[in-house]
Amino acid sequence: MAERLLTTARAIAEAIAQEMERDERVFVMGEDIGAYGGIFGATQGLLEKFGPERVMDTPISEMGFIGAAVGAATEGMRPIAELMFVDFFGVAMDQIFNHMAKIHYMSGGNVKVPMVLMTAIGGGYSDAAQHSQCLYGLFAHTPGIKVVIPSTPYDAKGLMIQAIRDDDPVMYFFHKGIMGLGWMYPNPRATGPVPEEPYTIPFGQADIKREGTDLTILTVSLMVHRSLDAAEQLAEEGISAEVIDLRTLVPLDKETIIESVKKTHRVLVVDEDYKSFGMSGELIAIIAEEALDYLDAPPKRLAVPDVPIPYSRPLEEFVLPSVERIVQTARDLVAE
Amino acid sequence: MALSRETLLQLYEMMVKIRTFEERVAEIYYEGKQPVFNIAAGPVPGEMHLYSGQEAVAAGVCAHLRPDDPVTSTHRPHGHLIAKGVDLKRMMAEIFGKETGLCHGKGGHMHLFDPELHFGCGGIVGGGIPHAVGAALAIKKRGEDRVAVSFFGEGAANIGAFHESLNLAAIWKLPAVFVVEDNLYAISVPKTASTAVRSNAERGAAYGMPAVQVDGQDVVAVYEAAGEAIERARRGEGPSLIEAVCYRFRGHFEGDPEHYLPEGEKEKWKQRDPIVLLGNQLKEQGWLTDEEAQAIQERMTALVAEAEAFARQSAYPAPEAALTDVFVQAS
Repeated sequence: MAERLLTTARAIAEAIAQEMERDERVFVMGEDIGAYGGIFGATQGLLEKFGPERVMDTPISEMGFIGAAVGAATEGMRPIAELMFVDFFGVAMDQIFNHMAKIHYMSGGNVKVPMVLMTAIGGGYSDAAQHSQCLYGLFAHTPGIKVVIPSTPYDAKGLMIQAIRDDDPVMYFFHKGIMGLGWMYPNPRATGPVPEEPYTIPFGQADIKREGTDLTILTVSLMVHRSLDAAEQLAEEGISAEVIDLRTLVPLDKETIIESVKKTHRVLVVDEDYKSFGMSGELIAIIAEEALDYLDAPPKRLAVPDVPIPYSRPLEEFVLPSVERIVQTARDLVAE
Repeated sequence: MALSRETLLQLYEMMVKIRTFEERVAEIYYEGKQPVFNIAAGPVPGEMHLYSGQEAVAAGVCAHLRPDDPVTSTHRPHGHLIAKGVDLKRMMAEIFGKETGLCHGKGGHMHLFDPELHFGCGGIVGGGIPHAVGAALAIKKRGEDRVAVSFFGEGAANIGAFHESLNLAAIWKLPAVFVVEDNLYAISVPKTASTAVRSNAERGAAYGMPAVQVDGQDVVAVYEAAGEAIERARRGEGPSLIEAVCYRFRGHFEGDPEHYLPEGEKEKWKQRDPIVLLGNQLKEQGWLTDEEAQAIQERMTALVAEAEAFARQSAYPAPEAALTDVFVQAS
């Protein structure tokens, strides 16, 4: 039988649907997640299947409904809340940062907050400074939040089921450019094989999306795809790049990172989030702490150069990591 | 109070100007996005939220404002900024992402800033409401007679910023006017599913300020309610709220499938097109002939065409310009 192909959006919606069938404590809240099916399609078909009691369209009240998800979770439900764009976190940050993330710790482990906060990230289509950010580094910096960032339809489904079953608060970041939306810039890898039966992917297990020997590229989300495209070009030049999709930042699979660095001796981090004080710096710090002696060259990183995401196309292209810049940086790294 | 012919014609012309701009932007927006729609393609990429159908609100309110009266707007800002008196060329250039644009290409359609007109907007729902409170606070502290106006949708009236802002404006008796554009939907979620009270005027009243709901398709009704509220604020008598009930003729954004709309609803609202309503009234009064209406349309079409030509001919910013403007003083 031919493999069944799904878009990432369909894979996420299927994961949620299967968990809702399995566990009546699971319900979904968010803006335009009902009749609209989610602005990025992550909840399509759920309202028809489960009705408005379990698939709840909310007013534009993120502090209210994300806080309500925290409250429902502490009472034993398994809520999934959708924050339409991660950029909108600001109005709900107290609930995310001071409540969702901290209640389990503050209660001395007595209270659980088993919820999923899923949200859209990423740019590349001129949506400018308030609709194009990634920001996973900000949440990974906050103790108490698990940070999940799938890059493919297969990973998206397995990680979503794992997230729903997890007893901790999980933030689940889907990039608009990996969802397989008909109106977004095309990405052939946004559609891929997804098994019909439910399955989980454990957190803290990076996936080597392409094996290589000359350098290690550490990345997540849409940048996995850009890095794979770059690795393809690099291979034509005789450079063998290993592309590691971290899949979760919290927990982080240090072992796979360190093992790869020990093999290739060179590392490039490709990150669509802001450069300073974020994912790229953290990964390089870990490598410096645990595998410095194995490095043959200083690590390099490509990330948004500490500016908000600009609107105009040439400006945005200048700040986001591109295939061309990944290729060039990898070449430079290998030449060192 | 009957409005003069001159005032009515000004309101009419402003509404035609906004509509003409928006409908032309819509045409340009689909350039490069056919036959396959790709939001990132064409001369105007990104999301596009147009104001067609709601012109009476911007025109009716801004007719009372001076250039130095602060206005905060939303992700659907074009109508407000045009009614405030923006240079269409610089606004269109910004929408094209050009160096000559209001924000040199950094802001785009949702993030238009014109300090000369004390105008700002943004893509975060409700984000501008507290800014109007702050602007009004600055005005009051300086003893000026300016008025700050915040436009936002009925969807934004469910976010905390709305409630905190109304309370602050009321306790500090600030010269602020809150204009709720109730276009019935927050993207796909109808007001009936998001708001337990019928009118946000009830909420304004609960915070201790005069508040009314008006027909937002009727520019005269908006004009009169706004005049009262803005004059009250100028006199130092505190804030007001106006909810104007209107309708989005083009959906939430370009490409909105609108499958959440009840059948026939939009057609029903289009029968009360605010421009047609006022045009008919003017014609019945003998204050506007078909020829005059056509001349106004032609003038507005020419203005928009001039803005478009300016935008197309302008250069893109240098890519490295992305690195500037993070700080006033970079080091």
